[in-house]
Amino acid sequence: MNAALEQSYLKNPKGLTSWLFTRDHKRIGLMYLYAIMFFFFLGGVFALLIRLELLSPGKTIMSADQYNQAFTLHGAIMIFLFIIPAIPAALGNFILPLLIGARDVAFPKLNLASFYIYVAGALFAIYSIITGAVDTGWTFYTPYSTESTTSVISMTFAVFILGFSSIFTGLNFIVTIHKLRAPGLTWFKQPLFVWGLYATAIIQVLATPVLSITLVLLILERVFGIGIFDPAMGGDPVLYQHFFWFYSHPAVYIMILPGMGIISETITVFSRKKIFGYNAIAFSSLAIAFVSFLVWGHHMFTSGQSEIAAMIFSFLTFLVGIPSGIKTFNWLATLYKGQISFEAPMIYTLSFLFLFTIGGLTGIFLGALALNVHLHDTYFVVAHFHYVMMGGTVMAFLAGLHYWWPKIFGRLYNETAAKIGAILVFVGFNMTFFSQFILGSQGMPRRYYNYLDQFQPLHAFSSFGSFVLGIGFFVMLVYLVHSLFKGKTPGYNPWGGLTLEWTVPSPPPPHNFDKIPEITHGPYDYDKILVKRN
Amino acid sequence: MTPDTTGTLFLPPQSSTLAGEVDALFNFVLYVSIVFFLIIVLGSAYFALRYRKRRTEQLDTAPSHSAALELAWTIIPVILVFTTFFWGFKVYLKMHIVPKDAIEVKVTAQKWFWSFDYTKENVNSVNELVVPVNKPVQLTMSSTDVIHSFYVPGFRIKMDVLPNRYTVTWFEASNPGSYDLFCSEYCGSGHSEMIGKVRAVSDRDYKEWLDSVGLGGEEIPLIELGAKAYSAKACNTCHSIDGRPGIGPSFKGHFGSQQKMADGTTVTVDENYVRESILNPNAKVVQGYQSVMPSYQGLLKGREIDALIEYIKSLQE
Repeated sequence: MNAALEQSYLKNPKGLTSWLFTRDHKRIGLMYLYAIMFFFFLGGVFALLIRLELLSPGKTIMSADQYNQAFTLHGAIMIFLFIIPAIPAALGNFILPLLIGARDVAFPKLNLASFYIYVAGALFAIYSIITGAVDTGWTFYTPYSTESTTSVISMTFAVFILGFSSIFTGLNFIVTIHKLRAPGLTWFKQPLFVWGLYATAIIQVLATPVLSITLVLLILERVFGIGIFDPAMGGDPVLYQHFFWFYSHPAVYIMILPGMGIISETITVFSRKKIFGYNAIAFSSLAIAFVSFLVWGHHMFTSGQSEIAAMIFSFLTFLVGIPSGIKTFNWLATLYKGQISFEAPMIYTLSFLFLFTIGGLTGIFLGALALNVHLHDTYFVVAHFHYVMMGGTVMAFLAGLHYWWPKIFGRLYNETAAKIGAILVFVGFNMTFFSQFILGSQGMPRRYYNYLDQFQPLHAFSSFGSFVLGIGFFVMLVYLVHSLFKGKTPGYNPWGGLTLEWTVPSPPPPHNFDKIPEITHGPYDYDKILVKRN
Repeated sequence: MTPDTTGTLFLPPQSSTLAGEVDALFNFVLYVSIVFFLIIVLGSAYFALRYRKRRTEQLDTAPSHSAALELAWTIIPVILVFTTFFWGFKVYLKMHIVPKDAIEVKVTAQKWFWSFDYTKENVNSVNELVVPVNKPVQLTMSSTDVIHSFYVPGFRIKMDVLPNRYTVTWFEASNPGSYDLFCSEYCGSGHSEMIGKVRAVSDRDYKEWLDSVGLGGEEIPLIELGAKAYSAKACNTCHSIDGRPGIGPSFKGHFGSQQKMADGTTVTVDENYVRESILNPNAKVVQGYQSVMPSYQGLLKGREIDALIEYIKSLQE
């Protein structure tokens, strides 16, 4: 046993209650990590069931109602229980205080509270799944959701609770970033992951309450029939869509902004380069956060909204695409004249660049009004958001997970196995989802249990791709678990990073820093400092 | 513009007057996207190989900022996306301005079929919209239950169909043929079965179709008419004739059987029960099934109801 591990946050203090009542951001982050990985697995099982059902037309393994529940649960679990908390609450919680030279977040008890609120929301979601899984789609559109006989109330209540967890984490991070930066760490010396988390936190705090209110209205509608959304009582079902997307579009950026932050970290470390255009990347995060509040109507171009509204939303949608494009070019330019090495985090980073570019470009098709009419609610949209959410956010999450794994656990995973896993995930992902672009633009609507024969070859191909993807994740599970028991011990700085988390032992001691560090250089000053890996 | 009747890798054949304009924009965005994709992917692949790590690490000497470059990759995309925006808006407006001489059809969507009323001609059809080619057709649509969406990929049109409100869309079929009509807004158990056809025919065939009023006249035997109505009126979406349970009970062996109802009573399936179930379906629902069937009041004529009863009667084990 090595000394760093014995003295680390993992072993001090000992005992179950020291974990359950911990206020250490690292332990809370780790508990979040286990929880979200469980839900990623569960959501993934539903995904594979969906693809298995769609292998051939007609009934393959389940009934239409079971299929409708499966895709609803896949979406709801992946969005609310995995991808929204994945980077901020799990990796962010662990890394943020270390990145800014702090001993913890600003409100450690609130941080623990937000974890338990997440757990409460998760329990409600599981209760909902057991007592008649919801079948409305993760969007809970009215009036379908007010009429459905499945357990809509418990699932929406679960999402309502999870919202508070998200708000508390956001609030905590905003204060932490403002007040707890180490001396010398000015705003523009912050690592870009911090900027990403900051922009995310602002959206979490401002947008999530709108979703909460909307879901309360939906519950009131179901229980008391207040008639705000139900057309039979003079309500307006499209109003629900406005409310829902007013949160859920900015929520897309809650999911992707922290991922973009991670990419800015990994791409510099593994190419030994100063980031290209630091200011542009930092400000584009804030620009995205701001404009993201003004584009929700692009989910409703075919809902019968006025042509003027459609025009404005389309225009703003194109506007929000520009900062993402700028970031992508900056990452590309960062590689120029670098000294690039290809460990697992970098493979995921390059996968991100490839996949997120496709995800972003296909967004242009959907933003154009005339094309949206044809493509809306088809598999083209399904493919587009999986390229952004999975090709973007999940690849960034995996890059971050592999990058910080030695710091979090004090263990190195098997690099060859990790490369094999990464390649399987990349190939499987493209097989699964690129075929869906073609399905969609050929006219295959989404959320279909059954389909016409002309769509079968592409559906079957997509299903085979998902099996490759599943195998890739299984490989990952094996080598990551193996590393926890048999992995080699890393030094402080296995990748040669310049940010503060690499100046403390792996895993870090409970209080992070013996002495609060003084910041004298930028996060990516590879032009001034030769860093040794150890 | 002559319509492309073969389709491409991405797009189905063009079958309406606006399909070509939509596809031209699609292809513009596609080509621009391919160029940008190649710049990013080939660029990163080239840099990754060209600048892979040497034995001894050195200090980074490359520039980390370039105003000219950063302006270029901001301004060029801005120009391209705003071109796309204006182009998309222009075609979208055409989709929303209905020509004055359009034929008007009232569309009613419900779980899980489409019903079309030709108000002037006093004709109704289910799941099959018959239109003349080269004539604009205006659809005024509403739903009787949840939100549905009217989508014909061949025409590149889609419009949500809402309860208690009318939405309007239009198209002009440019070549004769039969085109898939999908419901593209999720609406429950039968969502993927809510598929109809749009049949574009010549002027003469259209007039003939209107005169023949759907299923045919008095001379057809009842069972044969019932069999036609079974598919033409979309009974087949929910009720099988081979014993497989669907969204509703199978018709096979149904007639004359004893069925337990949701309220616990037992009913013998006879002529009056079938008639009631067609016109007022939720009065007595067989146990184990949801009360989701819409009423066919007004959608079937007297002889068609008789025909369906005889047809169901004929489907014995």
